[in-house]
Amino acid sequence: MRLGLVLGEVGSGLKRNVSMVISVVLVTFISLTFVGVAVLMQMQINQMKGYWYDKAQVAVYLCTDTDTTGNCTGAQATTDQKNQIESQLKSTTLAPYIQKSYFETQKQAYDRFKKQFADSPATEFVQPSYLNETFWVNLKDPSQSDVLRESLSNQAGVQSVVDQRGYLEPIFAVLNAASYTAIGIAVLMLIAAVLLIATTIRLSAFSRRRELGIMRLVGASNRFIQTPFILEGVIAALAGSVLAGGAIFLIVKFFVRDYLARSFASTPFVGLSDTVIVVPLLIVIGAVLAALSANVAIRRYLKV
Amino acid sequence: MIRFDEVSKFYAGNPRPALNGITLEILKGEFVFLVGASGSGKSSFLRLVLKEEKPSKGQIHVLGQRLGTLSSRKVPYFRRNLGVVFQDFRLLPQKSVFDNVAFTLQVIGKSKGYISEAVPDVLKMVGLAGKSARLPHELSGGEQQRVAIARAIVNRPAILLADEPTGNLDPSTSAGIMTLLDRINASGTTVLMATHDAGIVDQMQRRVIELSGGTIVRDERSGGYQTQAVPIQQIGQDAAQPRTQSVQTQTMPGPRLDPESVERQSVPSWGADK
Repeated sequence: MRLGLVLGEVGSGLKRNVSMVISVVLVTFISLTFVGVAVLMQMQINQMKGYWYDKAQVAVYLCTDTDTTGNCTGAQATTDQKNQIESQLKSTTLAPYIQKSYFETQKQAYDRFKKQFADSPATEFVQPSYLNETFWVNLKDPSQSDVLRESLSNQAGVQSVVDQRGYLEPIFAVLNAASYTAIGIAVLMLIAAVLLIATTIRLSAFSRRRELGIMRLVGASNRFIQTPFILEGVIAALAGSVLAGGAIFLIVKFFVRDYLARSFASTPFVGLSDTVIVVPLLIVIGAVLAALSANVAIRRYLKV
Repeated sequence: MIRFDEVSKFYAGNPRPALNGITLEILKGEFVFLVGASGSGKSSFLRLVLKEEKPSKGQIHVLGQRLGTLSSRKVPYFRRNLGVVFQDFRLLPQKSVFDNVAFTLQVIGKSKGYISEAVPDVLKMVGLAGKSARLPHELSGGEQQRVAIARAIVNRPAILLADEPTGNLDPSTSAGIMTLLDRINASGTTVLMATHDAGIVDQMQRRVIELSGGTIVRDERSGGYQTQAVPIQQIGQDAAQPRTQSVQTQTMPGPRLDPESVERQSVPSWGADK
């Protein structure tokens, strides 16, 4: 009986303020979509980091005949120097950090180069002797490449020690910047959403001020008076967050999985299993947001 | 029923008190007129009884509850024991007579069965039987006020507060309303009515409390709108009347004021008569 009455009040309130309710729905929809995109981007970054960092190696490039950079003097690294480097990699100081390491000859490097740049005209000019002999090292913890660099980069015959992770940093920096931008926009939109919800409740209370005045006089409990307003805000915001959840799902399904993942097959992308985490998060954020702003609005406009 | 102890009320931004050190007691079953010029504090008094305002100083007890210590969560339950009627009726225009009265019961959670019994009863009592399907704008002013009274008493409150209930009505309609209020009072409800209507007060000869500039200048049993007699002598005579036997009514030894000076004193710079 009373529940029916409360729901009736909610319904009439929503009907009366339909344009405000729609704007609340749209604003929460857009802001929460941005929140979801930002969260997905962070997930994507983590996933790519995990994937690529596992594959990333540290390369110890050795000198070639033409090199004068690093410790090189224009002479190819000697067998002695190579043996020394190899024994250092196997020494007790470095071995604990290293998962595995192997040597790549100039011939192997050339083959790999030809395969990698098969379509590029560069393959015609490059000779095997231009390419560095390399010790490829897989670290147990990819972030500890500094240890290797410190102990090997001053060795005779070493051109340079390069952590491949360095190549990935710009990509992650771009993705990070994009996700922070999305969060920034989302925060602004969420502020707008909170204010809109408060204004909606205020309008709704204003258009019902006669009823409210009488309810107060005859002793309707505070909860009975306030619940319809809170529900109005929560329903509008929930509608917005459900839409945002749907949008996130569609983005992942059609843009990420069906387009990106197919175009860049070698790169891992976020999948539908990640949306299972993101969508409930959005709905919770929407509901909490609405409840909070409804609470503030009620305290300001619905004093009993 | 209602007791004020040294109650003062200041509104923000106005150094003059709306009520200044009011002390009085209203007992169960009394019919009390609250008279005084606009701005004399009548409405503030009613609002304090309803706990719509907090007193700046002093204690108010209503129905055995100390209003100062009543938590805001309990205020609604407290108000269910009070009925209120206003000069402007305050009916919901889009609801029928029946629904206007039923609304009161709905929002305090009464069952459908109870509502369908109580509402026709109370409409019959106020003389509106057969008009329950009408909308407020189809009724005359007097009938609208009867609906408002029905709404105020349908929950059987112990106290009925009426803020100038006849202010918008012509004298003969007012008389009908007063008969109704008298009947409600006779059934045991304490009635506290703020009014400007001298004719009604003079005719009813009930307890009259006169406010001026926030203080009680007269508290007279069986008084008129303006006192005619030397108050001290009246006490002895009135004590013999059975209706107000238990009331220890005093006439305040305040200054006698003629209406003009009252008007001048109480410049209504605060808007309590909303």
